[in-house]
Amino acid sequence: MTKQLRDLTVVSNTALNERLILLRLTDHTPLPRCTAGQFVQVRIDGSPSTFLRRPISIHFVDETNNELWLLVQLVGDGTRRLGQLKTGDRLNVLLPLGNGFSPVQNPGERVLLVGGGVGIAPLLEYGKYLKENGATPIFLLGARTRDDLVQMEWFKQFGQLHLTTEDGTTGVQGFVTNHPVLSEPEFDRIAVCGPKPMMLAVARFAHQHNFPCEVSLENMMACGLGACLCCVEKTVRGNVCVCTEGPVFNINQLTWQI
Amino acid sequence: MANLSVNIAGLQLRNPVLTASGTFGYGLEFADLINPAELGGIIVKGTTLHPREGNDYPRMAETPSGMLNCVGLQNKGVEYFCQHIYPEIKDLDTRVLVNVSGSTIEDYAECAARINALDNIPAIELNISCPNVRQGGMAFGVTTDGAASVVSAVRKVYDKTLIVKLSPNVTSIADIALAVQDAGADAVSLINTLMGMAIDIEHRRPRLSIRTGGLSGPAIRPVAVRCVWQVAHAVQIPVIGLGGIMTAEDAIEFFMAGATAIEVGTANFIDPTASVRIAHGIDEWLDNHHCPSLHDIIGCID
Repeated sequence: MTKQLRDLTVVSNTALNERLILLRLTDHTPLPRCTAGQFVQVRIDGSPSTFLRRPISIHFVDETNNELWLLVQLVGDGTRRLGQLKTGDRLNVLLPLGNGFSPVQNPGERVLLVGGGVGIAPLLEYGKYLKENGATPIFLLGARTRDDLVQMEWFKQFGQLHLTTEDGTTGVQGFVTNHPVLSEPEFDRIAVCGPKPMMLAVARFAHQHNFPCEVSLENMMACGLGACLCCVEKTVRGNVCVCTEGPVFNINQLTWQI
Repeated sequence: MANLSVNIAGLQLRNPVLTASGTFGYGLEFADLINPAELGGIIVKGTTLHPREGNDYPRMAETPSGMLNCVGLQNKGVEYFCQHIYPEIKDLDTRVLVNVSGSTIEDYAECAARINALDNIPAIELNISCPNVRQGGMAFGVTTDGAASVVSAVRKVYDKTLIVKLSPNVTSIADIALAVQDAGADAVSLINTLMGMAIDIEHRRPRLSIRTGGLSGPAIRPVAVRCVWQVAHAVQIPVIGLGGIMTAEDAIEFFMAGATAIEVGTANFIDPTASVRIAHGIDEWLDNHHCPSLHDIIGCID
């Protein structure tokens, strides 16, 4: 897949809650084909403290309108700059990067997509892809509180939705691993994206039950192209770049204690 | 179009822009985004005699106008380079140089000797200045005797253009440059990263796995310009300047300080087309200032 550097145009920038924005981007020529689970590197202009690009996973690709959607958590000065973008502004984006989640393995397969916090972002595009290609995605999404579970009306379009919140404001109270959907597992494999402790917990569950399981990592990176060797993860093949060999890894490739 | 070609001790470059080791992979990583024919050359990732896994994650911390890294020379070793990578890059339409690192004088010499046998590698950059591994060469690069001993040993087995990359983490970089010149270096490149440290105050721990790392990016540029100016006035061999070059104007500073060529490093991470953009920008700057040749400005600062 050819990597491209593009100045995309902001279609809209919507605050979904105090910490999450939905950035819809487009271009006058067709956007490159992206695989669910891939990410982009956006350049942050005019920030005194943010120097490197920010890697952001692809939330959704709207082919009909030639739009790329990013779900961004406002963490530091860099992402806050993204929060200030207005319709019509330009954003320099390097894309598409990384490997993405696995394609459909068997027609009709049931895939549990587990997301936590802003880690739900890539699962929308993956759910859409799975549904369009004859698989059945089942979402298990967790957050601290109800307001953090954004874009739910979109997720619902592609699969069954199971929710958890730490404060119990919606769905099952607790962590995703507390959800009863895991006690009678009726799925063929699992894909996870979220905070490391959550991914570890789900990886342990998958390992115990022998489910193939992919996790999407977000190691700190500089280039996104496999040149700086900063974002490495220890794997059974040694240190590899998360930006090029990942961000998606089968848990049996990692050296996690599961 | 100004005349941008430069000659580094016999190594002819079509323009003075090289990509710095460790910031451009093997060039292949950027193949979708830039045309190597628009560069003076590519200096590939630090290569050692034996494979190295590098340091643990985290290896990078962003800092004001720069970044710290402690990659630790992760590479698959010179044998793998010769067998698998060299065939992929030997016909790139630009000069391909190899950055050679080591932990002992014997390792440096053996690695350099292996690269010497590769027809399409016209030069090496000897890294005696990596701050991120215990025996990463910086131990050699911080004393005149240490630096001279590595360079002499490599000079005996390497007969093409030998560039020596210097560390700024020294009392007098000009003294080190003189020592490597006397030991047979054809050129020097400087500066490697400045040793630095950053702390995660909430967790009360260093932000890098091995605590310290090398600082790069525009934060170090004034230090680099000063070093280039000092060294260019001390030695007779060509000087290649690097350290936080983000734009053509930054590069012009280095030429005026005495550099014959420059390397673009950290900028590649923010803009993968930075090196090519800078090469074109230098040309434009010279045109706008009515300089028919880059040589009109090299070393113009006393």
